[in-house]
This record gives sequence, structure tokens and C-alpha cells, in this order.
Amino acid sequence: MTTSRQPRTLYEKIWDEHIVVPQTEHNPAVLYIDLHLIHEVTSPQAFSVLRSRGLRVRRPDKTLATLDHSTPTKADLLYSNMPPGPAREQVKTLIANCEEFGVPIYDLTSQHRGIVHVIGPEVGATQPGKTIVCGDSHTSTHGAFGALAFGIGTTEVGHVFATQSLLQRKSRTLAINVEGALRPGVTAKDLVLAIIGNIGVGGGTGHVIEFRGAAIEQMSMDSRMTVCNMSIEAGARAGLIAPDDTTFDYLHGRPQAPEGSEWEKAVQRWRDLVTDTDAHFDKSVTIDANAVAPMITYGTNPGMVIPIDGVVPENGGDKAFNQALAYMALEANRPLLGKPVNVVFVGSCTNSRISDLREVADVLKGRKVADAVRMLVVPGSQATKKQAEAEGLDKIFISAGAEWRESGCSMCLGMNGDNVGAGEYSVSTSNRNFEGRQGVGARTFLASPATAAAAAVTGVITDPRTLA
Amino acid sequence: MQPIKKIESRTVVLVNKDIDTDQIIPARFLTTTQREGLGAHAFAEWRFDKNGELRSDFVLNTAAAADCKVLVAGDNFGCGSSREHAPWALLDFGIEAVISTSMADIFRSNALKNGLLPIVVDENTHQFLISHPGIDVTVDVAARELRFDAQVIEFELDDFSQYCLLNGVDELGYLLEQQASIEAWENERS
Repeated sequence: MTTSRQPRTLYEKIWDEHIVVPQTEHNPAVLYIDLHLIHEVTSPQAFSVLRSRGLRVRRPDKTLATLDHSTPTKADLLYSNMPPGPAREQVKTLIANCEEFGVPIYDLTSQHRGIVHVIGPEVGATQPGKTIVCGDSHTSTHGAFGALAFGIGTTEVGHVFATQSLLQRKSRTLAINVEGALRPGVTAKDLVLAIIGNIGVGGGTGHVIEFRGAAIEQMSMDSRMTVCNMSIEAGARAGLIAPDDTTFDYLHGRPQAPEGSEWEKAVQRWRDLVTDTDAHFDKSVTIDANAVAPMITYGTNPGMVIPIDGVVPENGGDKAFNQALAYMALEANRPLLGKPVNVVFVGSCTNSRISDLREVADVLKGRKVADAVRMLVVPGSQATKKQAEAEGLDKIFISAGAEWRESGCSMCLGMNGDNVGAGEYSVSTSNRNFEGRQGVGARTFLASPATAAAAAVTGVITDPRTLA
Repeated sequence: MQPIKKIESRTVVLVNKDIDTDQIIPARFLTTTQREGLGAHAFAEWRFDKNGELRSDFVLNTAAAADCKVLVAGDNFGCGSSREHAPWALLDFGIEAVISTSMADIFRSNALKNGLLPIVVDENTHQFLISHPGIDVTVDVAARELRFDAQVIEFELDDFSQYCLLNGVDELGYLLEQQASIEAWENERS
């Protein structure tokens, strides 16, 4: 263990605390993992490795499974009604694997089921200072709690199953200081899109980002999760935000959070999880929150993004850029405002939490989804669904003409039956506008829940600040 | 994993930067519970047209690309999703090394664990390779060298990964040998 008095970043503190075997010039460190989240898509091949080598899951008590990616979101397609085919087999395989290896699972009948990065925090399993991994790149979401959380491949899922550890090399550190305050009508999603536009989709490669500054401190946990969620879209290994009273208030009383005197001790420990004054970051970027507008993507990666009232830029010589505009059927130097859309999707691990749904309901209340638009609202978890229904949000969505679904990844990625059609334009609150991500030939505009809702009711790309 | 010492092949060039793992293997093919057979769907969005026919104008479908084991691609290759299906698909398709100016972290890690070599080179080398598609290259794992056209370019490969590649060792075996330390670590904290 490190006893150094050197000032350390939050990342370095969590890293040091989890070193089983230190990194050397030749070998990577053995890093202990506190929480391993799994889902149906990236785990089956790892369970197969355990089986073929006669290994068990070392710590089922630190493992938690859910069903989200290939799981349908239509109530009548769930349970035994899931249509025959590979997705059904995948769901059944996870349930069977969890039973065989003793891993707790929120299965299709569980009230806790939902998107893996929504339920971890919701049940209080995500806690400050923990190391958290999942075979999913958006594991960075949990960094909002001051946990070191990152996505891994399936081979590594097998490593964590068998040893509760991973071979890792220390990342470099990137501080993103967000000064000032977001203006009214501008959200965490707009901020993170602006950050990715600023540093680029490879700008965080090799780094762990710590988001800091007044604008971050003022954010709710839902907003912080949106920001950390998209760290990976800048290429970063993980995103982190130091825990504070907002974090502790969120976690207090959640099913897996410590209780009683244990809670007090935990909070005391968590208060040390801040970057020391004078700690060194390998890189720093400063963003002025006051200057951020509602943002929307125009291309085929999340870094191809503009303020909603801007115009599509030009970049004559670049093949990928031109291919992106051709795929999107957009022209340079033209605005996106007023562009008709076919689909609006509210959901995904980026924006499917209760505050996102409330923002959408605020816009939809007393309005109708435009005739030409198909709108899906997909809660991030069954618990979020229940909460939204208790608040009557479902009635607002349904009477406006939107579809209200069971929880899951849904239209974020085309593998569960919820797709955007070829050539169709969607405004989506998800995280990736890659070619074909929402379905073969689908054209995605990434934006905030408020911008998505504004497009739904007007039928065209609209600045949400102009809807009274 | 089979030991990998040397890869000798012509190159095929995909000049686009930021090629994400959704392009390498689209999500709709991830409902499999196996790792085999994904090569048939590698770059599906770019290789096939609406009717599922091979696009003759896409470089990976050309005769010149047949049997190429080395892919030269634009900056930030493998960004996006952590799906290990991406290196599985590339290997199954016949690609054994990818050369770019940078590689996404998770893709790089996944690639090495499957014996797919992620090779990061400088701008000049990259430009040369892009402007000479089909050139014969040798990837020498032991020497950490990329050789072509009388040029020798050193690439970064950490000792541990190099050892695993050269000896066909998988990391799980190494981690399992650390069980005593892991147990001691757990006991200290429980």
C-alpha cells in the first residue's frame, strides 16, 4: 500500500486502495474489483470459459446480473412470450448461468430489473471509492459517485468471475474543469456533448477524466451520471466526480447502502475521496458552462456536434467527415433547426432516469406528438417506471401519443426489436450516433431529453428554449 | 491461444478515422452466445448493400484485399462499445494485426487478449502505409518491429503482453497464480 505523502488525485487514491499486486516495469498491477455488473450480451462466453476450466465465480456476492440489452421492452414480448430466436436464447442463457454459478440476478420478473447502469446506483450497490466493472463501455456512468468504474471485454469478465481481480496498467489523468453555471434550458447532456465536441472522440484516450468545478458541484446525481456516462465517447477509460453531500443524500437509505453506524463510518471515509490540493493531472481542460448552448449531433460520432442553432460545418478533405454527411444526407453550412424527424427516442443509460422523464413530461404536458413522429419513452429501470407512473408521467406520455415501455436499452442499439428504420431521422437521448447503431441505415441526432421532446411535439428539430 | 511470433502479409487500407466497434460488428449480431463465426458479419454495414449483396466498391470486398492479414486504418480505431466481438470478428475475418495512429483503450486490451496485434505508428509511417495499400509488411512480435520496404519501425508492446503473445499464454492463468495474494488482500479488509 502507498504511504506516500505526495498529493494524489481522486483516481490515484482509489487505484492505490485496490492494488493487490503493484504494477512493475514488466507486469501490470493486479487490481481488486468491488462490484462486477453483468448482462446477457457480454457474459455467456465468459461463463463458458469458467465451465471449460472447472472454475467457479469467486465472489457471487460482489456480482450482480440484469437483463437489458437484447431484452424486449414491449410488455407482451417479455417473460415466456419472448419470440423464439437468439435473443431469447441469450436471455435464457444468462438466467441459467446465474443459477448454475450462484450469481444474483434481477430477472424478467424482478422489480429491480433495468439497464445495468441505472440499477447499480438505484439499489445503492454503486458507492464512492469502489472499483466497478462491467462488460459494457458505459460503466463509466458509476464514476458519478466517485467510484472507479470502467468497461471491460468478455475475456476480462471471465477474469473477474474467476479471481475478482483484473490486470491493469495505471491510466493518465485528465481534469475537466467546468466553471460557471449552465444557463436555463441547458442540461448535463448538452454539457457533455459540448465537452466531447471540444476534446474530440479520441481526446480522452489513455486517460481517466475527473469532472470538477462549480457547474459539476451544482449538479444532481442524475445529471452527474449523464456526464460520466459519456466519458467513453471522448475515449476516456473512466469519468469521475468527487462524492459530496449530493452523493450521500442520493445513496442514504437505498437497499444496498450501509445502515446505521456503518453509514456514518462510510460517509466519513467517503469524504476523503477528493483530489488533494496541488495534485498533478497529466492534462487539464477548462470549459465555461455559461457558454454552453443546447447541443445536437449532426454526424456519425458524438464529437460531430453543434449548438442547436448552429450550422453543419464543412471539412472538405476528410473522407470520414464526408462519408458521415453523406450517410446523414446533410449538407454543410445548413442549419439543423426545422429539419423534419421521424422518430424520437427517450431512454438509454445516458438519459432514462426519473429527472429525464420529468423534463420530457414538462414539454409533452398538454401537447401532442406530431403526426409524422413515432415517439418511444423507455424508463431505465422497472423502479424508475414505477416512480414515473406514481407521478402520472406515463399518462402524460401516452395521452400525447408516445409509447411507454418496460425498461431496457431499447432503441439505443438495434438488437432488441426497437429500431429506427433505414433512412429515418431520429432525435435520441442515447449516447451513440454511429452508422447503423439504432438500426441499419438509421440516422441519429443525439440531444438532451428536452430537445428530444421539443422535436417530438413540433415534428422538426427545435430549440427547446423556444417552446414556452 | 496459439503463440504468435510473426505476421507476414500484404496490407489492406481503410482510411477512415474513428472506426467504431459498431462498424466492426453491428449490435444485431451480438445475440450470439458463442465467439465463433462473427467474421461473416464484420463491417456488415459497409460490406453489404440493402439486399445483402457484397458491395464491389468496398475495399475489403476487392480481390486485392483477399488474404490480407494486416489492416491499416485511420486514427482512433476501435472506439465506442467494449464488445470483444470486435476483435473476434476481425480475427475470424482473417485480420491478425491493425495499424493506426491511435487505438481505443478497451479495443486495444481486448485485441491483445485474443492475439490480434494493435500497432500504433507515427503520422509519417501511417501516411506512407495509407498511400501504399497492398504493400508487403512483416510484424515481428519478438523484435517489436514493423518492417516494410527496407524500413524498420519499432512499435510499443508491453513486456507482459509480448510474453503472452510469443508463448500463447492467456492472462487468466497468470491471474489464477495470484490467488494467495488476492485472498490475503480480501482477508485484510473483511
